[in-house]
Amino acid sequence: MLKTAGMQLILSYVIAGWSGFFVMAVELLGGRLLAPTFGSSIYVWGAIITVFMLALSIGYLAGGRLSMKAPSVRKLGLILIVAALTVLPLLLFAVPLLDAVANAIPDPRFGSLVGATVLFFIPTVFSGMISPYAVRLIVPDRSSSGRHAGQLYFVSTFGSAAGTLLTSFYLVLILEVNQILLTLMAISGVIGAIACLVRGETNAQ
Amino acid sequence: MRSNWRAWLLASAGLFVAFAASADNMKLLHSERSLYREVLVYETGDVRCICFTRFCRIGRQTCQDVKHPDRIVMNYPQMMLSSLFVKPEPKSVLIIGLGGGTIPRALHDMVPQARIDVVEIDPAVVKVARRFFDLGANRELNVIEADGRVLVKRALREQKSYDLIMLDAFDHEYIPEHLLTREFLQEVKALLAPGGVLAANTFSSSRLYDHESATYASVFPEFFNLKRENRVIIAADGPLPSADQLRDNSKRFEQAFSSFGISTAKLLPLFSRKQDWDRDARILTDQYSPANLLNFGKN
Repeated sequence: MLKTAGMQLILSYVIAGWSGFFVMAVELLGGRLLAPTFGSSIYVWGAIITVFMLALSIGYLAGGRLSMKAPSVRKLGLILIVAALTVLPLLLFAVPLLDAVANAIPDPRFGSLVGATVLFFIPTVFSGMISPYAVRLIVPDRSSSGRHAGQLYFVSTFGSAAGTLLTSFYLVLILEVNQILLTLMAISGVIGAIACLVRGETNAQ
Repeated sequence: MRSNWRAWLLASAGLFVAFAASADNMKLLHSERSLYREVLVYETGDVRCICFTRFCRIGRQTCQDVKHPDRIVMNYPQMMLSSLFVKPEPKSVLIIGLGGGTIPRALHDMVPQARIDVVEIDPAVVKVARRFFDLGANRELNVIEADGRVLVKRALREQKSYDLIMLDAFDHEYIPEHLLTREFLQEVKALLAPGGVLAANTFSSSRLYDHESATYASVFPEFFNLKRENRVIIAADGPLPSADQLRDNSKRFEQAFSSFGISTAKLLPLFSRKQDWDRDARILTDQYSPANLLNFGKN
């Protein structure tokens, strides 16, 4: 049923925008998760942002590589689902994991750096894969590749802005951290599942 | 008789002038940039204050009468110190939040036998307190530069305990949200020695009042709720003393308090147990801790 190229295009943008939202929401909640163990000083935020940036940068490389082999919006949806699933350990083990890290590393700067790595590195690498992979799906030809890449960055970063604002201004006032994470994962699951339903192997131009 | 009259007139005129001048004579003595904020020291007449904002009139942290450093100018430190009526002979004290060091200095004077640990997150505040607020190099005060909650967790791991814990880490502008959750209060309670007491300087207005009260009540079923412009919660690991016990205990400190310009008789009536908050207010936890957002909604 869902097989038009238009649908693939729309989904690529939706996934990139949602992934941007997801990453920043998780990043802000990361500060919440780390605060009881390491405080909420500027260096704790520094550790979190460092880990997210590093993980994203590696994700970009990996996503670009992956897009070389039979790219499809299905696989893009799958990456989104995997990124959401790798957030699951946060819900289950964040407190004991962080306690163990704090026990081993008393300095809150390096403690929070290691803690943030343990919790956020893997999900953020998967999130980072999305943008370059989506660029591969939406670019029809070389001459318009810059414009299309620009549009995708716009959607993805706009999603990040929305995720930051909504989470820090409103969501934390309504829901618990884990409830927000579960909601984010569920939305990723739904969008990813829709993408997986799209027929047609490739959108290769 | 007549000269007496003139003296009164002169004195009140002098007071009036001093008061009128005080509005304009706010002098910036020192400013220090830190990792967290700008720490400012202002002097108005003889009163010296630490502020964390340029608009010092609202954001005053600690003030000291320069000519009489022993007099406690502000209300809330007096209420905090009255936790001694509940725990008159603490052997060990933990104070979270140094400010100008008013409370640790007075406490050291009032209960000299106690070992006092102070934890302050901001090294610049420690520096300013030592230089401008007569904290000096007081060796009896063990000042630790760390986040309050990180230190509480560390102390629990080291199996320490304290007879008296004072929480003074909030200001008007910003609440460290991880220091206002049920889990944090449970950790503090676990760090209290049997029969230990917690005194917390908190808020008396805004929507946060209900949430904060419900959160404290979830860990300490009963506590004293002292209110002036601030609110001080005094809770215990165990039963609270009766009014008679409080009065008896306060008598021991009558002299010590009056040397700091504090009247114990004025403090005693503040010890209220009335639960005057919305008991259905949502409890703040590590999972749900929007204290600063809730603090916007003024009553």
